[in-house]
Amino acid sequence: MANITKKLDARGLSCPMPIVKLSQIMKEMNIGEIVEVLASDPSFIPDVEAWCRKTEQKLIEIKESPEEIRAYIQKTR
Amino acid sequence: MAQERVSIIVFSGELDKCLAAFIIGTGAAASGMEVDMFFTFWGLSVLRKKGVKVKGKSFIEKMFGMMLPKGADNLALSKMHMLGMGTNMMKEVMKKKKVASLPELIEIAKQLGVNLYACEMSMNVLGLKREELIDGLKGVVGVATYLENASKAQITLFI
Repeated sequence: MANITKKLDARGLSCPMPIVKLSQIMKEMNIGEIVEVLASDPSFIPDVEAWCRKTEQKLIEIKESPEEIRAYIQKTR
Repeated sequence: MAQERVSIIVFSGELDKCLAAFIIGTGAAASGMEVDMFFTFWGLSVLRKKGVKVKGKSFIEKMFGMMLPKGADNLALSKMHMLGMGTNMMKEVMKKKKVASLPELIEIAKQLGVNLYACEMSMNVLGLKREELIDGLKGVVGVATYLENASKAQITLFI
């Protein structure tokens, strides 16, 4: 995926920390850039979807495997 | 669109309830909302700084000071406290499962710009002075400030 400029490893962290860290890293990014987030908290999937709707950021893809969750979010505003 | 707002009254001084309040507060701030947390009555214990001695307190104020929890790290669970055993066990479990502690969540709330207010009237009743509370508070205020903020909020909670 082009334009992945940041990576966030939130594995092992529980609510609300993955979302808190995501919001902090997005502040450092420019519009158009993509962050790859690794997480293990199962609620991260519905929560990152809700967070992207609420903050009007673009959720490009979520990949789920038994080991981890990977989400790609593009900064749009 | 104006920024959305959350207003939380923290009335309880118990660990589980205060964790819930701060998880919602930090989560809302991380979602781009403006957050006001208004600490009153037992909730003021959360804001107490450890080891601050203030002179000139009355006997009753000193007693309150001794009996109230001494800060966010000293709160008890609302259930299963069991003279501290249950609370310590819960803190251990939360640490193992990498759930942020209450003092950590308070720091994060400050970093995210959550507005922390202490209720002046409750401080007066409990004999708590400003210098006994943590740094970084937005203000020591009264009900009118709370109401002005809460009337702009889409979400209001009393915890």
